[in-house]
Amino acid sequence: MLQVDIDSRDGATVVAPRGRLTMVSARSFRETVTDKIARTGGSVVVVDLSATEFIDSSGLGALVACLKTARQSGGDLRLAAPTEQVTMVLGLTNLDRVLRPRATVDEALRD
Amino acid sequence: MVVETTIRRDEKRREARRRETSIVRRLALVRIVALVAVLAGLNYIVWRWLASVNWESWWIAVPLVLAETYSFIDSLLFAIGAWRLRERHDAPTMRRQATVDVLVTTYNEPLDLVMDTARAAKAIRYPHETWILDDGDRPELRALAEAEGIGVVTRSEAWRDRPRHAKAGNLNNALMVTEGEFLLILDADQIPSPDILDRTLGWFEDEKVALVQTPQWFVNVPPSDPLGSQAPLFYGPIQQSKDGWNAAFFCGSNAILRREALMQLGVSRYVGEVTLAVNRGVRSSRRVLARARRDFGSDPRVAAALDAVSTALDDLRTGIARGDALADLTYSFQQRIQAVRRELSDQDIADVRAELAALAEITGDPASLAAIDETTLDALGDRHLSPLAAVESVSMLVDSFDVGREEEAQAVMPLATISVTEDMATSMRLHGLGWRSVYHDEVLAKGLAPEDLPTMLTQRLRWAQGTMQVMFRENPLLQKSLGWGQRIMYFGTMWSYLAGFAAVVYVAAPILNLSFGVMPVQAFSLDFFARFIPFFLVNQLLFIVVANGRPTWRGAQYSLALFPVWIRAVTSAFDNVYRGRSLAFSVTPKTRSLENRPRWDLVRPQLFVMAALVASLVIVAIRFIAGQADGIAPFVNIAWVLYDLAVFSIIIRAVLYSASDHEPKGF
Repeated sequence: MLQVDIDSRDGATVVAPRGRLTMVSARSFRETVTDKIARTGGSVVVVDLSATEFIDSSGLGALVACLKTARQSGGDLRLAAPTEQVTMVLGLTNLDRVLRPRATVDEALRD
Repeated sequence: MVVETTIRRDEKRREARRRETSIVRRLALVRIVALVAVLAGLNYIVWRWLASVNWESWWIAVPLVLAETYSFIDSLLFAIGAWRLRERHDAPTMRRQATVDVLVTTYNEPLDLVMDTARAAKAIRYPHETWILDDGDRPELRALAEAEGIGVVTRSEAWRDRPRHAKAGNLNNALMVTEGEFLLILDADQIPSPDILDRTLGWFEDEKVALVQTPQWFVNVPPSDPLGSQAPLFYGPIQQSKDGWNAAFFCGSNAILRREALMQLGVSRYVGEVTLAVNRGVRSSRRVLARARRDFGSDPRVAAALDAVSTALDDLRTGIARGDALADLTYSFQQRIQAVRRELSDQDIADVRAELAALAEITGDPASLAAIDETTLDALGDRHLSPLAAVESVSMLVDSFDVGREEEAQAVMPLATISVTEDMATSMRLHGLGWRSVYHDEVLAKGLAPEDLPTMLTQRLRWAQGTMQVMFRENPLLQKSLGWGQRIMYFGTMWSYLAGFAAVVYVAAPILNLSFGVMPVQAFSLDFFARFIPFFLVNQLLFIVVANGRPTWRGAQYSLALFPVWIRAVTSAFDNVYRGRSLAFSVTPKTRSLENRPRWDLVRPQLFVMAALVASLVIVAIRFIAGQADGIAPFVNIAWVLYDLAVFSIIIRAVLYSASDHEPKGF
């Protein structure tokens, strides 16, 4: 199962999906994050992937949907600290050509 | 008890072995005949080109030899497919519990029809969730469905004022709100059998299988099938042939798809589209900049702003070349443009507001990613751009190609939207990603076919147009990610839709010969017969062997007799893809249900052809009497005309056929 922690840091929002971000949890993850973006509007969202054990293509789809929402509201979405499996899947679909994770959350916040 | 089960298992094993032997035997026979057919075809067609074209009448001789070459290639593609004909029987057993969503797609079908299908879908034995995807967003349907515990999915708010992409869009929307591992897709009229999932899910034991397609079979069709609705050859040996090359393709309904495969496709397509779009945006922006510089370069304040934009563009380009992540590049580019924009004074804003409105009209609603291109820019160039508008338009261009895919309702679109037939394009892309497909040759859903000629013609036109769109947009022969067998199998289907052009020649040549004595070949000599007859006969034999008892004549008739439909499909799809014109779906006047009058007007070209064929028989009789016709040529051409008439006769039956009294029956 997936647990999503959200907290605010330096005017940005840090979202940490813990567990498996898959077709089962992708929808609620997407809805949680887009709700948050709608409420904060125009800020930067960092997705902290350090506790994401497993992601599938539906999970990636949710990340892309969140990116779209973030951009629409004038903000940005960045990935940080992916686990090995997440890095692999990002590479497999070439999604890392669009969204390249930063090594740490701090680095993602700094840019 | 133990003894009994052992015996049964033995019997089963023996049965399986018997089946195996018969499959091997059949394939051996198919291969021998296919090989001979190709050799006989080569022997004929090479001779035709080298030694038999009557160049004096080149205007008909060349089209004829081209048409024959077309047919030879068609039979070659058929033979290549048949070489690997794959007969599967029972699926392996599924060893784990899977989650499945059954999706019934509808737009405007009658409510009771949709509900019948939905109820049957709900009654499928394997545990699953049933959803009606109602693109018509009808409250009555929602009420009916929810009363029976069936879910309804309609388009989300994001689709408002954005391209809807018809059925592909409907499914893409539903993919975002459902979560089953597998998706069974059913058209609104396809009543599924309760065991449809039990029979097919096992194929997904192979982790690389993305698609299992089962046949489409229609209940409201009499055995004579005057409208050629059943496709026993396609949903059978042809899909089995493709299956042998791992190219059995998705036909829109009665198929099970693996969500992971679709989503992976969606995500990797998203990356491809964004890359393409950003590159295109950069190119277009440079042109806008150049123009602005030409017009306002003398104003130092403007020149500075344009320089800043130009540098930002250069950096963006360098970043792309370096392989930086596009989300970051576009984000920082946007930030810089914002800064430039702020520096220009507010006074400009009022001046350009009007221009921007006009600009937005041009760029605001790109029907596709290709919408903002050279043409749009030329239109922009005609306007007198003020400096801020130049900066603004660069930003808008890049905006509309942003990683958010602002112009689409969803960033990720797993089902292909490049064609009105989303199914074939989608499965081709899945194959390109390395997924496998399965054709399961067992009727597990029964549907409704068009009940009259106008509806049938509209449906065929649509299929053909969709297939041609894919051919023009993503020609399978050029897809490096596909194996050669897969490329050839996909191309084969497209090739068969080019038959309309050959059909014209096949009726014109004998008519011209009988009426005016025009000879497209040098002579109907012994040489001709010695080469043509084996080619013709062995190909017929191959057809028979491959069809294995399934009827083929109706299909053969329609592939010639619907020539106006096929030609129109090719030309309209060409105009659509290369000239950006609308496909102009023929809106079928639904008068039949009211008046039930035969629609001769829809088949005028065919009636004209039949009249010409009959007239040529009369004329040749007169020419015989007058002593103008002699030799073997008239007889060959008379036989040919009679064959053509037999083919076209189906059109008369189709026109006269009307609403059947064949009540649809489900399982």
